[in-house]
Amino acid sequence: MRKWPGMILSILLVGGLFLTACGSGVTEFDEQGAAKKQVLDWAITAEPPGLDSAITTDTVSFQLLNNVMEGLYRLDPDSKPEPAIAERVEISDDKKRYTFYLRDAQWSDGKPVTAHDFEYAWKRGLNPKTASEYAVILFPIKNGEKYNQQQVSADEVGVKAVEDKKLVVELEAPIPYFLYLMTFATYYPQRQDIVEKYGNEYALEPDKMVYNGPFVMTEWKHNQSVQLKKNSKYWDQQNVKLDVINFPIVKDTSAGVNLYNTDKLDFTWINEAKFAEKYKDDKEAVKVNEFTTFYLVFNTKKNKVLSNAKIRKALSLAVDRKAYTDIVLKNGSVPAAGLVPPGVLANEDQSFREVAKGELGFDPQEAKKLLNEGLNELSVEKMPTLELLIDDTSVAKTMGEFYKEQFRKNIGVDLKIKSVPFKQRLELEKNREYEISNSGWGADFNDPITFLELFISESPFNRAQWSNKEYDALIKKSQVNADFDERMQDLIKAEQLLMEEMPIAPIYHRTRLALMRTHVKDVAFHPFGADFTFKWASIDSK
Amino acid sequence: MGKYVLQRVIYMVVTLWVIATFTFFLMHTLPGSPLKNEERLSPELQEQILAEYGLDQPLPIQYVQYFKRLLVGDLGISFYYDGRKVTDLIAGGFPVSAHIGLQAILIGVLVGVPLGCIAALRRGTAVDNAATLVAILGVSVPSFVLAALLSYYVGVVWGILPAGLWGSWKHSILPSLSLSVLVIAQMARFIRTEMLEVLGQDYIKTAKAKGLSQSVVVMRHALRNSLIPAITILGPLMINILTGSLVVEHIFAIPGMGEMFVQSIVVNDYTGIMGVTLFYSLLIIIVIFVIDILYGLIDPRIRIAGVKE
Repeated sequence: MRKWPGMILSILLVGGLFLTACGSGVTEFDEQGAAKKQVLDWAITAEPPGLDSAITTDTVSFQLLNNVMEGLYRLDPDSKPEPAIAERVEISDDKKRYTFYLRDAQWSDGKPVTAHDFEYAWKRGLNPKTASEYAVILFPIKNGEKYNQQQVSADEVGVKAVEDKKLVVELEAPIPYFLYLMTFATYYPQRQDIVEKYGNEYALEPDKMVYNGPFVMTEWKHNQSVQLKKNSKYWDQQNVKLDVINFPIVKDTSAGVNLYNTDKLDFTWINEAKFAEKYKDDKEAVKVNEFTTFYLVFNTKKNKVLSNAKIRKALSLAVDRKAYTDIVLKNGSVPAAGLVPPGVLANEDQSFREVAKGELGFDPQEAKKLLNEGLNELSVEKMPTLELLIDDTSVAKTMGEFYKEQFRKNIGVDLKIKSVPFKQRLELEKNREYEISNSGWGADFNDPITFLELFISESPFNRAQWSNKEYDALIKKSQVNADFDERMQDLIKAEQLLMEEMPIAPIYHRTRLALMRTHVKDVAFHPFGADFTFKWASIDSK
Repeated sequence: MGKYVLQRVIYMVVTLWVIATFTFFLMHTLPGSPLKNEERLSPELQEQILAEYGLDQPLPIQYVQYFKRLLVGDLGISFYYDGRKVTDLIAGGFPVSAHIGLQAILIGVLVGVPLGCIAALRRGTAVDNAATLVAILGVSVPSFVLAALLSYYVGVVWGILPAGLWGSWKHSILPSLSLSVLVIAQMARFIRTEMLEVLGQDYIKTAKAKGLSQSVVVMRHALRNSLIPAITILGPLMINILTGSLVVEHIFAIPGMGEMFVQSIVVNDYTGIMGVTLFYSLLIIIVIFVIDILYGLIDPRIRIAGVKE
């Protein structure tokens, strides 16, 4: 007699699949004997989308690559470039020719790191066939852009390994930040033989790439964790103290905090307001500054009222930036005083903000006055409702509500909020189909021009469609000016002009909060490029 | 039977093709491109890179090319995860989602079925009320709320089980528990209702009249007939849990597939979207097929047309 055939079948089915599923990866995160062995457990927020340094554009990828690879220079603990694979550099008088002399360094497979590895990697990044989305960062190299646009051959690109240990680089124009670029992932060296050996599989697994940084990747469980170990072949390995770094992938902030509180992590981000509130005064809370500015972009060609500088200024004056950073965000972010974030350098020892000063006030009275003047100039009777384009993340939505309330309360302007996914916001911005957009920009290197050149007339990133001849002239001169002091004065002038005309209203500079154990020492945090360096990090006995 | 199966398989293939076609064209109406650094690319550079991927071709041509590769089982390379095959991504994430999902179903059935039986047999008593309460709670409390609570209390405060991450069997308990509550609730509710109906049927009276003991009557006759609706909902539940594990995976930092499903859409990972959608569709179609077959095995009254008596 058939007894329960259905039930048995279902159990077999469920059980069978269950058993097959059980076969996949089983690892315990154990961390014993930390006193003897230096092990760090550090949460990363996503699976690195790719570790091919010539191609990747991703934050987490940069974080890992910065610790397993090394360029000619590396960001030091103060985020200034220090010689790394390069031992020294000679810069020509016109500042357009850099001659790098390489030290004796090895790849993780024991082969020497040579100038050819750099020439190969940079040309590979520029090669249109590589389709690198960060090729643009290589454009300061002479003929870099032209090669990428298939106008010249690879041989005409201004990078040449003249000897195994000597690399000569010609630039399109003298730029003061070229050594900063040497620390950027796209400028890391790559081994032609390895890249070609693995082809499409290059850098997809830890054993399908080679390393020349302080650590090597020993394990990559996709979507789960990455493990780095000290690189015994690294030229400066006597200064590397950590033996192992585990990077579990933890996407959710609460999950990170739970794991931190159960001792599974030494570091986790806590960017959400509820955690910022809870932990902001905790001794394990660390603030990580960023060269990032969030601003409102006013599309000067869409709604008539936004074509008027007085009205744009009125809108800017109506926002209480301090209330936003201190009451809404609470994570240490700072109100913007201009487009260029604090910390971006003007010269060797002064920051741009120190020199340029500037202030973006909060003054509802003045705002109302300017608003009325502007409306009169345009002969518009009533201020229309404006549309604010914003991302659909919870942070952005909160921000939208904040602006809406500020405009309504302080100058009686109504705002309609249009909240869309990121890709759609970008599309609408590109097509200039918006009135006001909540946007932002982060620096890839330490120079104000990365922010300021966005707003010249022909820049595709000038989404405000604002155009000012004087501004254009100042920026274009700065892009090629070998007199760096004069250049800085021009950039300061340009920012002042921008803030007078206010096609964008900078609101705040982001700071991120994290929890980090106090026994973790000397991790270097960087406000641009790769977020952290573990080269000098260590763990005090627990 | 063979003819029936063949017919079903043909339908399945057609269904898949229709889904794939719809998804393909709908997906291309999403704003933006699959490029990751879109924010920092000038329009010219963007076009150049898109052309490199063949995304500058007219859609129908891209469609034909995609299907040519699909026919040989090639789901293509992800746009988001540089160079990674979509099949590898699915093969990496699905076993984890399936592990916690099927474990949740198992827990759900093992707890839910007895709960429903007891409630039906003890109708109107405190036991019944308690079971109903559990069922209502299970349906109304979302799995992610429970997941957050379990992770915090069991994981952090009491420290009994890991608060998250993936590794040993211990890591799978809390996620599975979070997901299983819905199954328990659904199962208990259906079994209870069905059981009450079945217990009132003539053949139960007959069975009792034959002098069979209560347990035999319940186990052999009542439960078996009550299981049919339970199996009906088991299919959709399984799908629901396998595709809807995203938030639970998030809360416990588990490398499952739920995330991939949503992520691929957010970043316009065309090949990723197609791959995951097709995979899930295939899964759903197969589950429905298996359930249909199971019907016949459990309930002799349901027989597939064309089967020789």
